[in-house]
Amino acid sequence: MRVKEKIIEGLLLLSAIITVFITVAIIWVLLSESVSFFREISIVRFLTEKEWTPLFAEKKFGILPLVSGTFLTTFIAIAVALPVGLTVAIYLNIYSPGKLKLIIKPVLELLATIPTVVYGFFALTVVTPFLQSFIPGLAGFNALSAGIVMGIMIVPMISSLSEDAIGSVPLSLRDAAFGMGSTRFQTAFKVMVPAASSGIVVSVILAVSRAVGETMIVAIAAGQQPRLTLNPLVPIETITTYIVQVSLGDVPHGSIEYKTIFAAGITLFIFTFALNNISFWVRKKYQEKYD
Amino acid sequence: MSKSYKLAANDVNAWYGDFHAIKGINIALEEKAVTAFIGPSGCGKSTFLRLFNRMNDYIDGFRLEGEILLDQKNIYKKDVRVDELRKEVGMVFQKPNPFPKTIFENVVYGLRIQGVSKKKVLEETVERSLKQAALWEEVKDKLHKSALALSGGQQQRLCIARALAIEPTVLLMDEPASALDPISTTKIEDLIYELKNQYTIVIVTHNMQQAGRVSDHTAFFLSGELVEHSKTKTLFTSPKDKRTQNYITGRFG
Repeated sequence: MRVKEKIIEGLLLLSAIITVFITVAIIWVLLSESVSFFREISIVRFLTEKEWTPLFAEKKFGILPLVSGTFLTTFIAIAVALPVGLTVAIYLNIYSPGKLKLIIKPVLELLATIPTVVYGFFALTVVTPFLQSFIPGLAGFNALSAGIVMGIMIVPMISSLSEDAIGSVPLSLRDAAFGMGSTRFQTAFKVMVPAASSGIVVSVILAVSRAVGETMIVAIAAGQQPRLTLNPLVPIETITTYIVQVSLGDVPHGSIEYKTIFAAGITLFIFTFALNNISFWVRKKYQEKYD
Repeated sequence: MSKSYKLAANDVNAWYGDFHAIKGINIALEEKAVTAFIGPSGCGKSTFLRLFNRMNDYIDGFRLEGEILLDQKNIYKKDVRVDELRKEVGMVFQKPNPFPKTIFENVVYGLRIQGVSKKKVLEETVERSLKQAALWEEVKDKLHKSALALSGGQQQRLCIARALAIEPTVLLMDEPASALDPISTTKIEDLIYELKNQYTIVIVTHNMQQAGRVSDHTAFFLSGELVEHSKTKTLFTSPKDKRTQNYITGRFG
């Protein structure tokens, strides 16, 4: 029996080590390839040039257009997902009678199981034509519809995490608010939401992180034109889309074009890594407050 | 001259799902006096207290029959606005539950949700309510500090101040001192004694000595029924019902 225990323990440890090893390996590959990229192209050029054309004859290596594209789609997505997600969370927690909640929650979670490629062509073939019917200048590929659909995709994430946060506010506070003559609306917005604010912030940060890393929807619906703009009506390109574009193309291994995807990759990694750490930090502070 | 009745219950029955929590209770509570509800755990005294500001409304499967009267008006009628009712009938809970805001903001919460924003009114209310709750001297220099930094006893007096700030006429207290140390308990009891000149107070308590110290009238509940209701002194010295006698002499509960 003891030998069996040892073997099981060893296997568990091994899987833990493999996970850590793979993570370290990915970071290592990203770092080493980008270091060799930055040997040829200075970081200053990378951060300050206003065009990104590594695949053209006249090469420019400014990451800003890709960052602005990522920022734009993420911003639109959060602008859609935060109000909707928070409203759903508040409705589920404070307004809905028990039985309705049992229907709404699974349906929302179903939204999260739709493959992102489906969202992508939904954006391209349904949302864009619909928006074009009343926004005349809207291009066929654009940040707006990609962002909106990405927002819809993120709603379950925000609503479910925020609902957990609101649900973990002590019931005694809710009693206190109702006992003071608050309406449900006042209870929600003056007491429950502020008390749950750190949990809600965490849900938003994680959603931002998800949106920044989202690939398929923007690759299909936002176009593939790196452009330094905050205009949501024209085609743009995000960091993720660029990486897809190069990975699918026939770029020679080891060339500078090839290395750009690692430079783009590490930029993306820095964003999501920072966001996840901030959310971890906020959550830790939040736990200290309530335990 | 006979005193008037502030609160009353007529043939009240209440259920949680299939559980018959309140069984046919009739009672009338005197204005500007303290009435204590006593009884063993699960006897329905807290449920009954929460009928007077409709705090049971949000519980799934809760059902009520009969009338609860405030100033001779049935508060369960369709046209009664629950939020308005609760401004008239304040409540203090078992566990101190200040909002995670400053002391000042806790006290003025009730005014803020009514749309009062005049600084002078708010400041006057804070001073008046904290003085009424015997907390002013202890916190007057840290009004803008978090309420959560106060001790349990101070938090409970803050909750009383918060309830008083909107000038209710009735104060419901659900075991307000059960989570507190003896010194804080004494302060709360003294406070109740002070407040009864202005408010109709109903207090649920596990502690019979406390009921004896603070209340003018006592009602004894058992298994959802009201067994006996009379002047506190009478109930404790010469109870009419055998069950009351058994309870107050400590034979069960």
